[in-house]
Amino acid sequence: MIKLFTSCIGKYKKYAIIAPIGIIFEVLFEVLIPFMMNYISDALNAEDMTALLSIGGLMVLFAILSLICGILSGVTAAKASAGFAANLRKKLFLKIQNFSFKNTDKFSTSSLITRLTTDVENVQMAFMMLIRGFVRAPIMIIMATTFAFATNVKLALIFVVALPLLAGTLILIISRAHKRFKTLLKVFDDMNAVEQENLIGIRAVKAFVREDYETEKFVAISERARDAHVKAERILIFITPIMMMIMFACVMAVIGFGGMMTFDDSGFDVVSLTSYLTYTTQILMSLMMMGMILVIVVISRASLTRIKEVLDEDIDIKDDTADENLIVSDGSIDFSDVNFSYSGDSDKNVLNNINLHIESGETIGIIGATGSAKTTLIQMIPRLYDVDTGSVKVGGHNVKEYKIKNLRNAVSMVLQKNVLFSGTIKDNLKWGNENATDEEIVEATKAACAHDFIMSFPDGYDTELGQGGVNVSGGQKQRLCIARALLKKPKILILDDSTSAVDTSTDKSIRESLKKIKGITVIIVAQRIASVGSADRVIVMDEGRIDAFDTPQELLKSNTIYQEVYNSQMKGAQQNG
Amino acid sequence: MADIKTTTLPKNVQVGQPQKKGNMFKVIGRLLSYAKKYRFLFGFVILLIVASSVLNVIGMFQIKTITAYFGEIKDGKAVFEYAELYRMLLIMGGFFVGATICAYAYARLMLMLCSRIMKALRDEMFITLQKLPVKYFDTHAHGDIMSRFTNDTDTLREFFSQSLPKTIDTVSTVIATFVMLFIANWALALIVVAMLVIMLTVVKVVGGKSGKYFIKRQTEIGRNNGYIEEYIEGQKAVKVFCREEKTVENFDSINERLNTATAKANGYANILMPILGNLGYLFYALIATLGGVLVLNGMATPSDIVVFLPLMRNVTLPIGNFSQQINIIMMAVAGAQRIFDIIDTPHEEDNGYVTLVNANIDKNGNITESETRTGKWAWKHPHHDGTLTYTELKGDVRFADVSFGYEENKQVLYDVSLYAKPGQQIAFVGATGAGKTTITNLINRFYDVPDGKIRYDGININKIKKADLRRSQAMVLQDTHLFTGTVADNIRFGKLDATDEEVINAAKIANADFFISHLPQGYDTMLTADGANLSQGQRQLIAIARAAIADPPVLILDEATSSIDTRTEAIIEKGMSELMKGKTVFVIAHRLSTVRRANAIMVLDHGRITERGTHEQLMSLKGTYYKLAQGLYELE
Repeated sequence: MIKLFTSCIGKYKKYAIIAPIGIIFEVLFEVLIPFMMNYISDALNAEDMTALLSIGGLMVLFAILSLICGILSGVTAAKASAGFAANLRKKLFLKIQNFSFKNTDKFSTSSLITRLTTDVENVQMAFMMLIRGFVRAPIMIIMATTFAFATNVKLALIFVVALPLLAGTLILIISRAHKRFKTLLKVFDDMNAVEQENLIGIRAVKAFVREDYETEKFVAISERARDAHVKAERILIFITPIMMMIMFACVMAVIGFGGMMTFDDSGFDVVSLTSYLTYTTQILMSLMMMGMILVIVVISRASLTRIKEVLDEDIDIKDDTADENLIVSDGSIDFSDVNFSYSGDSDKNVLNNINLHIESGETIGIIGATGSAKTTLIQMIPRLYDVDTGSVKVGGHNVKEYKIKNLRNAVSMVLQKNVLFSGTIKDNLKWGNENATDEEIVEATKAACAHDFIMSFPDGYDTELGQGGVNVSGGQKQRLCIARALLKKPKILILDDSTSAVDTSTDKSIRESLKKIKGITVIIVAQRIASVGSADRVIVMDEGRIDAFDTPQELLKSNTIYQEVYNSQMKGAQQNG
Repeated sequence: MADIKTTTLPKNVQVGQPQKKGNMFKVIGRLLSYAKKYRFLFGFVILLIVASSVLNVIGMFQIKTITAYFGEIKDGKAVFEYAELYRMLLIMGGFFVGATICAYAYARLMLMLCSRIMKALRDEMFITLQKLPVKYFDTHAHGDIMSRFTNDTDTLREFFSQSLPKTIDTVSTVIATFVMLFIANWALALIVVAMLVIMLTVVKVVGGKSGKYFIKRQTEIGRNNGYIEEYIEGQKAVKVFCREEKTVENFDSINERLNTATAKANGYANILMPILGNLGYLFYALIATLGGVLVLNGMATPSDIVVFLPLMRNVTLPIGNFSQQINIIMMAVAGAQRIFDIIDTPHEEDNGYVTLVNANIDKNGNITESETRTGKWAWKHPHHDGTLTYTELKGDVRFADVSFGYEENKQVLYDVSLYAKPGQQIAFVGATGAGKTTITNLINRFYDVPDGKIRYDGININKIKKADLRRSQAMVLQDTHLFTGTVADNIRFGKLDATDEEVINAAKIANADFFISHLPQGYDTMLTADGANLSQGQRQLIAIARAAIADPPVLILDEATSSIDTRTEAIIEKGMSELMKGKTVFVIAHRLSTVRRANAIMVLDHGRITERGTHEQLMSLKGTYYKLAQGLYELE
């Protein structure tokens, strides 16, 4: 926590220091005020009006100073904690941006999002509580106890009994409640799961008329949630009455014993009693506050752990030692003896002993069953994952010798899961090249068969895409993604099943226009045999191995897997002549 | 649901709108109406809260009596006696014990009430959701609906367990304290009145500012979360394009805006307590001084001061606590509003009165209703003149010039006419957005068209009760949705009272039995959320089995476009064709084999049927279909 804090506080450090100092002074004045009551009482006994007024004036001054300190610390604490959270979020976001694919796979995206949002919020809350409350409460307890002792030692013994008693019960309650709250969160997770499933599957629910069945399911888990909620809070609600009980006991003890003392010669009088009563509330309230803060800190500890997991994650793809000036000279690709597994366990190899050579400028198709590691194979080329053993060379150099930026600028990849971002179509296309001219953009979209449909929108290239590109259809999205990748003017273009939602004729014309681009190596991963049929050579993948690598004509003659796929997809065509 | 997505409203994060005052009380009133069922208990809780604060105040007031007793002098001697002191302390203790017991009792009862009300709200929301039309789900972000079940109900929990009792407590404590203070010393009490006015003003001004910035902060949080969500989801694309720096740069500016808004909102919230607390001390000092002056002038006694100071804190502390509740109350009202928005959404309309019943059909075709399952079904059609007619359920579907749009000015279908005789297979072919899914949405009345345009077994489809209509059809959707539970449970979703044998039979029809029996626990294997531990092909097979067990006369299939390898595809195809036997089938086709088997193919283009016929007929037409098919067959 402290390490994280010092690394994230940055320029907000001064606020983080001022806030507790302000609080210390605020507390000091707050405690001084009731202490002054002793002098008021003296003045009353001496019937000295001037003394009374000057002491009164001093008390008012203290209250104003305390007010100023309080405001100061409140504002600075807010600034410090908000700034801390902003820095923490940025740090996390930056870290995640630097994650390799392997790192991202380890955490699910939804969990990364929760860590960046809810968890940071929780930690921020705890941080603010800590720098205010956790400074305030102990200092208040110490000061108020000190002044209480200074006023009357014997009476202060009441606190010596009351404090540990209250602290003990608080700890007991909180620790027991913690467990039950964990159970509660679990039940709530389950309930949310039922709800979420229902939302996602609402068409299935409606189509099968299962509304009542679903409702029954929900009402049952909702009842379980209610039960867990009552069980958890049932313990917490003891805090207030116990606190009241101890406070009342202290008040009675102060009044009782203090009252008796007014009759002995200790010099303790009725007015001094009031300052004592004030100390009583101050001390017990502070202890309560510490308890409350403890609860929040306990909750935020889980969040903190989750944040630290992200920050401590080792980024496994580094390019620190790479040569800045080395750029990819051509689109040739070499795999030699490549083995790879997602888990790093060689028994679970996804790629087995891959050897292949691709000439610069070739068009290569890759086919194979689901799970045959087609995507895995191509992800090695822009170094989205690192091989376990063996080497991958692009343009004659090992991919590890390039700066990642240089490598990926030369190797353009269209992912299976296409992603567009909110912004205009043009904004999205410019991802490929920040400085692309309008002509270059049109050239790329024409090659990707996207220009026509873009122009059919009222706003053309300035059409706003919603989050995730919801305003365009699946096939349109894929074509935009291809255009975006083309704008990079890459040496190697990889299409990972990127035309599955595009109709076959458009698919064909995209492939034709790609063939016209000079000197670019094109790799097409596809399910449709038609998509790879016009390639120079085709890789047939089978369970992580290269089953065959040859021209499509040759494969049709000799390779059984290729033949099987061909026949199943082309049967109708032949029958029909 | 690509068809609909193009017309979907932007799924923005909804941000709590500032509430108008009148509206706020209306919402709170409606919230409280949920306690109506427990009105005696609720009244009792309020009574306990009031009793607790009043007893507390009276107990505190005993300080005056006791300290006054200390100062009492008779015949020049103190009248002090231990016995009397004990008696007084005992009385004081009695009030305190009473206050404590009441405090515990109300907290415990309130917890019970609060958890019940929350459950009632949750359940009502869920039940309402089940009754909403599909359109609602197509136009609302799931995350937004979910947050009503989580965040919004949680703010209500705080409202009921914290804000509501504290508000009642504040009001009753302040009133009780005032009564006591006026009894003790009216002059000093007037000072406290002045103090109270100042404090409430501070709460109003600072609290108002704080509330304003909290709402602003909510907006910024929404923006921030939206950006985070988008770019974490798309992180792989960011990496492939080396856009890390630019992405972080944009994040910085959004993050900074949130930072500023948070600092402001929390700043105001943070200073409220110190201001109130220190105003309390300021008045403490004033009362001590002025009280001293009054004592010296003989207008008050020292015991007045002694009792006044703690009682004054009795006013300042609850007001301070209450001020902390303002934001919670505002958020709870916004949350409740969002929950009521769901509950108040008009339900899926259904004026259908034709129902589906089990039937016996004799040799002459006479239909009689049956109490038990006969395997035969009939439409029970009550007429205006009070007569009943029965029509056998066959699965004959006709469209007559159907036009439709999801939104008023955006037509999706134009004059679509088609007929499907029982047992026929109709395939829809066309580009994304041509209207294929829309047609299937009309057949099962996910969306409605004007009267008489669609007839099912000769009956106007709008007259058929939606639940019964849907029971007569089964859907296998492109995105297969499985639920948490066993494989058998998921298949049984199609027919809740199915026996184990029926489940296995259905799986066999779907060609799914083989892989299911190879799962670790066979049919009892638990599926995690949305069947993530199965492959896409396997999930689809289970969905087919689900449709098979329901065994209705009409099937609506949406073939998956996603890449499934050839072998799995062959298995699925076999399952599908087994399922289709003897049924009226509407299929959104992506596979050649499906199209070839169809009795009629409808080629859709921008919401119009441009070509129709069998594969052979359409091929000889050499139109759009021919070209499409050419595309499919390409590679010579």
